[in-house]
Amino acid sequence: MKIVVCIKQVPATGADKRYTDDLRLDRAGVEGIINPLDEYAIEQALRLQDAGIVDTVSYLSMGPEQASEALRRALAMGGDDATLITDPGLAGADEWTTAKVLATALDRLAPDVALMGMASDDARGSLVPGAVAAMRNVPLLSYGAELTVSDGEARVRRLSATGYDWIAAPLPVVATVTDQVGEPRYASLKGIMAAKRKPLEAWSLTDLSLSLADLRGGALTTVTDVRPPEAKPPTERVENLSAAEAAARIADWLAARKLI
Amino acid sequence: MTYLPTPEHEELRAVVRELADERIAPRAPEIDQKAEFPWDLKELLARQDLLGTCFEERHGGTNLDSIGQSIVVEEIARADATTSLIPIVQKLGALPILLAGNDEQKDRYFPRLASGEWLIAFGLTEAAAGSDVASNRMRATRDGDHYVLDGSKRFITHGSVADVLTVFALTDPDAGGRKGMSAFIVEAGTPGFAAPRVEHKMGIRGSPTAELTFDDVRVPVENRLGEEGDGFKIAMATLDRSRLGIAAQAVGIAQGALDAAVAYAADRQQFGQRVVDFQGIQWMLADMASQLEAARQLTYAAAARVDAAASDLPYWTSSAKLVAGDTAMKVTTDAVQVLGGYGYITEYPVERMMRDAKITQLYEGTQQIQRLVIARQLLRRAGIGARPRERRETGA
Repeated sequence: MKIVVCIKQVPATGADKRYTDDLRLDRAGVEGIINPLDEYAIEQALRLQDAGIVDTVSYLSMGPEQASEALRRALAMGGDDATLITDPGLAGADEWTTAKVLATALDRLAPDVALMGMASDDARGSLVPGAVAAMRNVPLLSYGAELTVSDGEARVRRLSATGYDWIAAPLPVVATVTDQVGEPRYASLKGIMAAKRKPLEAWSLTDLSLSLADLRGGALTTVTDVRPPEAKPPTERVENLSAAEAAARIADWLAARKLI
Repeated sequence: MTYLPTPEHEELRAVVRELADERIAPRAPEIDQKAEFPWDLKELLARQDLLGTCFEERHGGTNLDSIGQSIVVEEIARADATTSLIPIVQKLGALPILLAGNDEQKDRYFPRLASGEWLIAFGLTEAAAGSDVASNRMRATRDGDHYVLDGSKRFITHGSVADVLTVFALTDPDAGGRKGMSAFIVEAGTPGFAAPRVEHKMGIRGSPTAELTFDDVRVPVENRLGEEGDGFKIAMATLDRSRLGIAAQAVGIAQGALDAAVAYAADRQQFGQRVVDFQGIQWMLADMASQLEAARQLTYAAAARVDAAASDLPYWTSSAKLVAGDTAMKVTTDAVQVLGGYGYITEYPVERMMRDAKITQLYEGTQQIQRLVIARQLLRRAGIGARPRERRETGA
């Protein structure tokens, strides 16, 4: 049983995000981290490996060369090996291109489960998992609070409006998990040392037998503008009132906005 | 010679800092307030392999160099001084075995210490023998293939939580502490051993500082470290190296206080501007930062000498501990000043850091003892001998 966890290196949460003239994220000098939502996918995969259900946990990432740091960090948490797809032709790749490249690499790695976080912390498109599943023509099990694998079948427990749904599909699958998986482990010192000796391979587009023509030039979409989110109105504080008065004030506020 | 940290050191710092920021710093106020040993954080540090940094890989350790070990202590102390004592004392207690233990002793105890399953403590100081180690009174009397230990110890960090201790006692009282003291490995479960009382302290309040009593405690001969009479030498060699951990702790405490002061000054508004925009505050912060950096670099310089087994390593480790301890006291005091009234209340961490900093000027040799060690090395370098009756004072 083999899981490939797809991870993305993103700028550190709270880092000052700058853009190049062609509206790409400027990664130079910005600390990169594993997309925090991907850490839950790593944790889920490693728990299955700890339990003896999964034999091999591999990592796959697409990004600039510095993304190998994120893969090393993942290997320090656990798992067996990692692959970085890096190519100058992939600069500015959009969700479709990313999905195409990952799907091609996953065809080659042939995991039983390709596991991803539910979204990335920087772009938050959440399109890649579904696109990869469609391109590979395998089922998508999304937004799992938990993933289990047994008897040729993968199942995710997904939070619903009334409780949890269990959704099952025959292997191989693409699956995504949420932060309900549980706290990701910290890399231990021995894990960090061991990670330096684990295999980390780099693949170019040529290695994947892909051309820029296959990728329609590298992106289907064009970024036309980048803006910071608009500032939220100031917080209204209810204080120095009795409990009853404060409750009434809050209820009025909510009612005025038709929230209750 | 290189003056830049290696990528491995940088990575180590980043990893420990993340852990300390997320898991240790939030616990620090409660540990201080309740004066409770943080068993949960001991487990966390054990799980992350951070209690085995001074042990070889064959014993389950990670065998970091002394700069790496200092970085681990520094980053934990930046969040909480009490918690940083867990790796510090794990090394302090183990140093007598590292320096004088035989393979059988190392194989027996190091795996459980490296994994963090067991804690160890260092039992040297007595009520009437602090800096004046040679005045130790505790007795160890040979009885067949055992020694019988009788007496008491005081101010023993982790003495009440340790599973095993390295303990110093007189095997030849007539020869005195300098020639007649021996070192032993004592398991806390041995009948007659007790830790009846812990001190109420100003700082490092979660770290139990215990009084220990030994009432006919029978220790097998194979638990003696080195030969009879080696005790004083082992104790001094231990302290010459363990002081580095206190220097790193002091650097970490100071860094925590500086970071808190910068963050506060950038946030606090007075007279229509940020406090950090006042030049008077900037000068204070600049002094704190540069003095802290000097202490840190001296600590790393001393660490490199420890790994190189330099013949003058006491000169370096005592200098590092002296400078770093005084810097921690000064930087934490100034941090309280930067925060003003808010610095004096427990809502902010700097008053705790100031209380914690004080101990780094006291334990593992007071700052006055460090000066004696440094001066003695200085005279030796200059070819000026010691006084006719050789004296060597130090303290634990």
